Amino acid sequence: MDFEYFFELFLGGLTRGSIYALLALGYTMVYGIIQLINFAHGEIYMIGAFTALIVAGVLTLMGWNQVAILVIASIAAVVYSSAYGFTAEKIAYKPLRNAPRLSALISAIGVSLFLQNYVLLAQTSDFLPFPNLIPEFEFLKPVEHIVRSSEIVIYLTTAIVMVALTILIKFTRIGKAMRATAQDQQMAMLVGVDVDRVISVTFIIGSATAALGGVLIASHIGQINFYIGFIAGIKAFVAAVLGGIGSMPGAVLGSLVLGWTESFFTGYISSDYEDVFAFIFLVLILIFRPSGILGRKDTDKV
Amino acid sequence: MVKNHFGKLLILLVAAAFLAAAAGPAMAADTIKLGVAGPHSGDLASYGIPTVKAAELVVKNINAKGGVLGKKVELIVEDDVCKPEVATNTATKLVGAGVNVVLGHICSGATKAALGIYKDSHIVVMSPSATNPALTQSGNYPNFFRTIASDDAQAKLEVEFALNVLKVKRIAVLHDKGDYGKGLAEFAKGFLEKDPRAKVVLYEGITPGAVDYSAVVQKIKRKKAEAVIFGGYHPEASKIVTQMRKKKMKAYFISDDGVKDDTFIKVAKKYAEGVYATGPKDVSKNPLTIKARAEHVKAYGSDPGAFFENAYAAALALLNAIEKAGSTDYDAIVKALRTEYVDTPLGKIKFDEKGDAIGVGFAMYQVRNGKYVEVK
Repeated sequence: MDFEYFFELFLGGLTRGSIYALLALGYTMVYGIIQLINFAHGEIYMIGAFTALIVAGVLTLMGWNQVAILVIASIAAVVYSSAYGFTAEKIAYKPLRNAPRLSALISAIGVSLFLQNYVLLAQTSDFLPFPNLIPEFEFLKPVEHIVRSSEIVIYLTTAIVMVALTILIKFTRIGKAMRATAQDQQMAMLVGVDVDRVISVTFIIGSATAALGGVLIASHIGQINFYIGFIAGIKAFVAAVLGGIGSMPGAVLGSLVLGWTESFFTGYISSDYEDVFAFIFLVLILIFRPSGILGRKDTDKV
Repeated sequence: MVKNHFGKLLILLVAAAFLAAAAGPAMAADTIKLGVAGPHSGDLASYGIPTVKAAELVVKNINAKGGVLGKKVELIVEDDVCKPEVATNTATKLVGAGVNVVLGHICSGATKAALGIYKDSHIVVMSPSATNPALTQSGNYPNFFRTIASDDAQAKLEVEFALNVLKVKRIAVLHDKGDYGKGLAEFAKGFLEKDPRAKVVLYEGITPGAVDYSAVVQKIKRKKAEAVIFGGYHPEASKIVTQMRKKKMKAYFISDDGVKDDTFIKVAKKYAEGVYATGPKDVSKNPLTIKARAEHVKAYGSDPGAFFENAYAAALALLNAIEKAGSTDYDAIVKALRTEYVDTPLGKIKFDEKGDAIGVGFAMYQVRNGKYVEVK
């Protein structure tokens, strides 16, 4: 077996997986807290990318240096996307919190379509070039044909975000409140947890990771349009389910497994059936582990 | 009773006049009849109406100059709504009306359905838009001509360019699994397999909209392809090219009209340099095109629609062939179409043995300094 080829496919899968993971984390957090599949999550990611594009465009005109642009554009994207996530929750999900779960799901699909069309009308339906915001590291020059600096940055960001979120949930006050809300909303409320605030924070954090993903992925790929959120969102959702929705490490593991599956299948067999194979794999895993690779068995609360 | 007789005489005269009029067409032709068939109502009307308008403009010009063979040209327009089952009726109606030549049909399916009927009646048909390769290449319809390149013309040009100009041997053929891209890739693969100089090292469909194509790009590298022929559109093409170039791969990238779009250059930026793409020949600077478009704006108050130049060229070619043939005889018209050049908005054209217009269609372009430039 050709080891170099295997290694390249491995890295390609790792990139894809990390990209999915940045989105899957947001899905899984929101699901963990309020059992809502937030279909608008992909759109939040898309809005993050658009915000970064606009901010970066302005700053480039003003002649700022690349690292400063990356940092400021990322912050702008995070703030803007978080605002959208926060608002979407207040407008579209909060009023439906006690309605059947399906209503909130339909509402999420509505938000997704609304945001897509809003960007389509407010911006453009064309593909836009996205500047390469991530600087090329000197020390990577010799291995540039195997791994690029934007890929390294994506791996690192995903790892950092995952660790930070785990610490946040395990060891902080708000994390404790989150876990309480996830376990039993009513009980949490009774012991004094501000459930509304916890849910808002969850949406803000989820949107922020999606926005970071948007900036990194767009500058890795180099183009965006209003529709990128849809496919990425669906894939990330699948990854979250694969890993066990509601579980943080599960979301990352599921994303990596999905990324590697796609990469190796394309590399060794054929890219024609890339998605088919990815989904067959999903079905197989769900048959043997219905709650995902790292999912907890969840007995329904009646 | 003089008055009474006069009344009878009047009736007789009127009757005679009617008879004469009715007998007119049967008594061969004081006009040349040009049939125009295509969708003029329904969903696809926008593909058919511009052809009717082109025919009207051409006929008006020619009649103003004395017509064809000294006779006025008359238009007979029939609607086929692009449906094969309607098109046979349309053809029968046109044949019944005694048309000499037909401009149409528009859709490939409808054209194919109607062609047999015209063939049996020895009527030349010329489509401005039917691109199905089999219509001319099968050889079943010697009465069929067209002023548009067939669907496989781009693939053929890409393959010939790769083998003759770039002189590459190992070629990877990719497509985006869509009708357009996959169709093109299949044609390209077919042409490559027939040519002993070439080897198709990879033939694969990619998933449009995927976040990246690094696995496919690795595969191209591993198969040591010297050129990639891609059937599809610019968003995927720019991702693939960018990833190839970032991995320091130098293989040629050859694609189609879906990539010959300025957005491709805008998105892929410096990585777009050197990419080849086929695209329709630029006819916008042809004085006849400018004139035809101006006529349309003057007559109808708007810019012309789909296939207008092709239809304008087809109408000119048909009427010119009748003039050159000196009669409306089928064989004479066919011979004139194949031998006599005619000046049209698409350039100076004549037709090959199979019925495709020579010199119409696609050219190869390359991105040079951020612009698509025609490769001579």
